[in-house]
Amino acid sequence: MPKTFSEKILAKYAGVEEVEPGSIVEVIPDVAMSHDNTAAISKTFEKIGVDKLYDPDIHLIVLDHCVPPANATFAENHRQIRTFVKKHGIKNFYDINHGICHQVMAENGHCLPGTIMTGSDSHSTTYGAFGAFGTGVTRSETAVIMATGKIWFRVPETMRIHLTGTFKDGVYVKDLALHIIGKISADGALYRAVEYDGPAAHRFSISERMTLTNLAVEMGAKVGYVPPDEIVYNYLEGRAVKEYEPVFSDEGCHYDEVLEIDLGTIEPVVAAPHTVDNVKPVGELEGEPMEQVFVGTCNNARLDDLAVLAHVLKDKTISSETRLVVIPASSKVMIDAMRLGYVDSIVSAGGTLGTPGCGPCMGNHMGVPGNNEKTLSTANRNFKGRMGNRESEVYLASPHTAAATALSGRITDPRNHPVDWDAIREELQEATLSPVLVKA
Amino acid sequence: MEKVIKGRVWKYGDDVNTDVIFPGKYTYTVNDPEEMGKHAMEDLDPEFTDKVEPGDVIIAGKNFGCGSSREQAAVCLKVKGVGAIIAPSFSRIYFRNGVNNGLPLITSSEVQNVFEHGDTIEIDFEAGEIRGDKGTFSFPPFNEFVFGIMEAGGLIPYTRKRMGIDA
Ligand code: SF4
Repeated sequence: MPKTFSEKILAKYAGVEEVEPGSIVEVIPDVAMSHDNTAAISKTFEKIGVDKLYDPDIHLIVLDHCVPPANATFAENHRQIRTFVKKHGIKNFYDINHGICHQVMAENGHCLPGTIMTGSDSHSTTYGAFGAFGTGVTRSETAVIMATGKIWFRVPETMRIHLTGTFKDGVYVKDLALHIIGKISADGALYRAVEYDGPAAHRFSISERMTLTNLAVEMGAKVGYVPPDEIVYNYLEGRAVKEYEPVFSDEGCHYDEVLEIDLGTIEPVVAAPHTVDNVKPVGELEGEPMEQVFVGTCNNARLDDLAVLAHVLKDKTISSETRLVVIPASSKVMIDAMRLGYVDSIVSAGGTLGTPGCGPCMGNHMGVPGNNEKTLSTANRNFKGRMGNRESEVYLASPHTAAATALSGRITDPRNHPVDWDAIREELQEATLSPVLVKA
Repeated sequence: MEKVIKGRVWKYGDDVNTDVIFPGKYTYTVNDPEEMGKHAMEDLDPEFTDKVEPGDVIIAGKNFGCGSSREQAAVCLKVKGVGAIIAPSFSRIYFRNGVNNGLPLITSSEVQNVFEHGDTIEIDFEAGEIRGDKGTFSFPPFNEFVFGIMEAGGLIPYTRKRMGIDA
């Protein structure tokens, strides 16, 4: 019987002939990521009562959620993690100077087609951009992987999202992803794997695929998956940490729901407070004053995102009624953005540049809003209190909409400030450090 | 794990996310479970943590626990003695956190519009029944593997047992 990607990969790792949606399997993942929560995880691991890791090479740790540490509590947390890393000989350790976990893992070739990757972070669905079975697990589960190597999964049903056509100007994958969430709601893909395919999906760059699969969890998905292709294989050339064997859904396999979307029908959108599925066309919110604009996070702070921002802001000044906080997803992204002059354009326009990492995304530091302040953010979450202040509001949009909004201090249609994609495409090709590709 | 629990109902709506169950700003600063309990539901219902009693039950709308994977959002309710959460659906990571911390999560869409805030209800896990003045409702049994983890008191005691550390 033809099988889906998830059914095939879970059966393979569980060492059984085949599995059905709903059955429970135990597998050993290729990668188990954790971040600043590793200190807490290590304490749970110690409670289990074994003194050695089952396999230190499965584990990958990135310090990113509050880097450099904002106070002594965060600093102590980091210190404990470094001690744990040394004690157990964990080789895949990325200290505070790298960037956001998901981005750092991609850049360093850990995200591989046909592998199972867990993260103690809900946005671990991101790895599906590379054709991996990537999913978020809990802290206790990562502690148990440390002890036993194993993790349990319920085999998910699969929803297919078939993408055709091309975007109109000013429309991006962020708009597409928010549009889908708005349409099917925050639990529209609950417990399921979401497979994005069709000609448009295969034109998306690595960066765009990551934006898409990163947001899959905001509609409840267990996994977001784009069948890997030449774009992925080229990105992994000379970068993959080991050999890999892609896994694909069989022709004729069972999808329990299929959505067809023509990219040409999508408009720029904004997710209004306080849920990600509260999605509205940008026009409906136009003119709403924003005291802060935040371009950052694992969703939209890669080189192509900063390129759009820099092109809109070049030789202009942001509104005195707003602040613009820009935090590149990684140090690599920051270096490339400096080389290409983006940092110059952004900071000269009045932007504030932060250290690569999560920044204020979940309210730890560097851009936490004040009472009654509104932030337009390129992040993936806008829940009440998300950015560290429950008396504030968060709106989610693309980097282009963020750039236009920074100029006026009010939510602004990105199409009022068009960018020259041909010029951007050429520049991005020059960036040799992170070959993050471009808008289709 | 108690076979039958009895308590008052706390009612909430759809999409109760983990940021309101346990605010993100405490995730790296509050490590003690008791202390976590003090912030339970802080951004949704400031009365909850003072007034909730062991055995009380949360009845909520669909997609309970959506958002961040933070385990504190299950732990903070467990330490407050919440006996069970009943909702038409749970976010998948929240479901895992519930199972792994021995916090029973019951999937049922029947009772949401029946019981009110403050009603007293009884849950019989063996019989798979929710009972109260307004009727008796059954719910599907837990998966065997999943029930094993909950019965052991959560994933950590389960793992210790399995590895032969605890008898
Ligand atoms: S940037 Fe935000 S969403 Fe991404 S890993 Fe960091 S805190 Fe999570």
